[in-house]
Amino acid sequence: MSDEELVPVVFKHAIDRIPLTTPSEREVSNLFTPGEFVTAEEGLLRGHGTYIDDGEIKSSVAGMREQVNKLIYIRALKGRYNGEMGDVVIGRIAEIQQKRWKVNLNAKVHAVLLLSAVNLPGGELRRRSVEDEHMMRQYLSEGDLISAEVQNVSQSDGSLSLHTRNLKYGKLSQGVLVEVPPNLIRRTKTHFHNICGASLIVGTNGYIWIYPTPESSEAAGGFARNLELKVDVKEREAIARINCCIQALVACKMMIYDTSIIAAFESAREFSTKDLLLPEVILQIAMAAQMKMGALE
Amino acid sequence: MELLNDHGLRPDGRKPNELRIVRCKLGVTPGADGSAYLEIGNTKAIVSVFGPSEMRGNHKSKMLTDSSFINCQYSIAPFSKSERRTPRPRDKKSMEMTINLHQALKSVIRADLLPRTQIDIMVEILQADGGNYCAALNASTLALIDAGIPLREYVIACTASLAKNDVPMVDISFLEESIGGPSLTVAMLPNSKQIAFVEMSQRFHLDNLEKVMRTAQKGCEDTFRILNNAVRLYLKEIGAPNNFGQD
Repeated sequence: MSDEELVPVVFKHAIDRIPLTTPSEREVSNLFTPGEFVTAEEGLLRGHGTYIDDGEIKSSVAGMREQVNKLIYIRALKGRYNGEMGDVVIGRIAEIQQKRWKVNLNAKVHAVLLLSAVNLPGGELRRRSVEDEHMMRQYLSEGDLISAEVQNVSQSDGSLSLHTRNLKYGKLSQGVLVEVPPNLIRRTKTHFHNICGASLIVGTNGYIWIYPTPESSEAAGGFARNLELKVDVKEREAIARINCCIQALVACKMMIYDTSIIAAFESAREFSTKDLLLPEVILQIAMAAQMKMGALE
Repeated sequence: MELLNDHGLRPDGRKPNELRIVRCKLGVTPGADGSAYLEIGNTKAIVSVFGPSEMRGNHKSKMLTDSSFINCQYSIAPFSKSERRTPRPRDKKSMEMTINLHQALKSVIRADLLPRTQIDIMVEILQADGGNYCAALNASTLALIDAGIPLREYVIACTASLAKNDVPMVDISFLEESIGGPSLTVAMLPNSKQIAFVEMSQRFHLDNLEKVMRTAQKGCEDTFRILNNAVRLYLKEIGAPNNFGQD
């Protein structure tokens, strides 16, 4: 690499740092902090983020009040991932146990992926034998990344069980993992996208997988992993740019879903890839993306 | 030097019932689930909260099936005082402080809602100028709120002392501590007025105790108002760009 290609290192005092979010003086009515009185109305059900003290409902987290019919709950603005049935998630295998994998989803506790909830090579109706139990580490071992769907949320303790019974789920091979706060992910119809010159899986748990678009659709899913595949420079650059755009949206606390990623990606076109890390550029991308999305609505 | 001069002012120019300037910032460490930085005058503390998460490593054996394991660690930076001190792991003072912090935080964290998990609270005092416990506890409360961990309510600490055997003073600085007034540390839950923790550095006369106690509690309530405002501002700042997570 020649000298002019090197990115100059910029040192800044903390006081000169560019604020990426702006303090707002606007009054927000249904914002609550822990211990705050919510309501004393009779006949209401209390949900998450609340508790009862002396017949009054009080808030136990900092967030927004939500009401569904008679149910009142406080939704925290930050926090770990809370799973819902049908969510698409990206996880990392943490542990192997009897007939199950423990998967780290950045939730409060590890999720469970049962051996019976995965598609093993050899068809859907295959019986799981004792050999399969011994082979578990060959299918998925500790540290492997997978995409999966939440099959069930336990009623008793909220722990999640996953399944990969669909060819679009399975072990992930080459790509980039971006970790973002789960509350910034919007639940949409589809979480698999093929945009901006690469493919994306936007995990509801805040893990986003960016990978080169496979040439044939059957290559995705299952346990096949092609580490020999050479990803060409153009695709790698697209992946890097998408990564930077997502980071910019996160830094400015904007929602992350296909529309916002495309808007940010389009706004970032005028900058060279290496500039995308500069705070000035991050702010500009996020603002331009916001304007674009405002124009769409 | 005396605690109160002829004009009724303290060594740093405060009135007896005046707090030092409180400044705070939430969400300061990007890697943590929640974090806060807090200044009380020249006392500075930074707290990172990790979790609630799956039990890790050597803590696994301490897993609680009906509540969360709260792992609290207090440490004081080697450069935090006027003379540099070589850091010693597990020194007595920090261990005691850890236990005291744990006691106050345990009383507000709704650990029963988070079974089989672990919450790590890492406290670091960057600059020590009296009221280290208060800075550590108040910053921990903010960091826990930032992490979205359910709390019964805030838990806020404040100190108080007595000058001239008569005048109660709030929020004692290091200088005032070393001049030699007795000091009382109170941690309270400001909404329900419950007390989570009390500590005295030396004996008070019974006649004075109530007075000093009331002053410390008043200090807690004032601090609570300041911190609650800061939390609300922070929530609006992080919530506004995503319309508070609403579609």
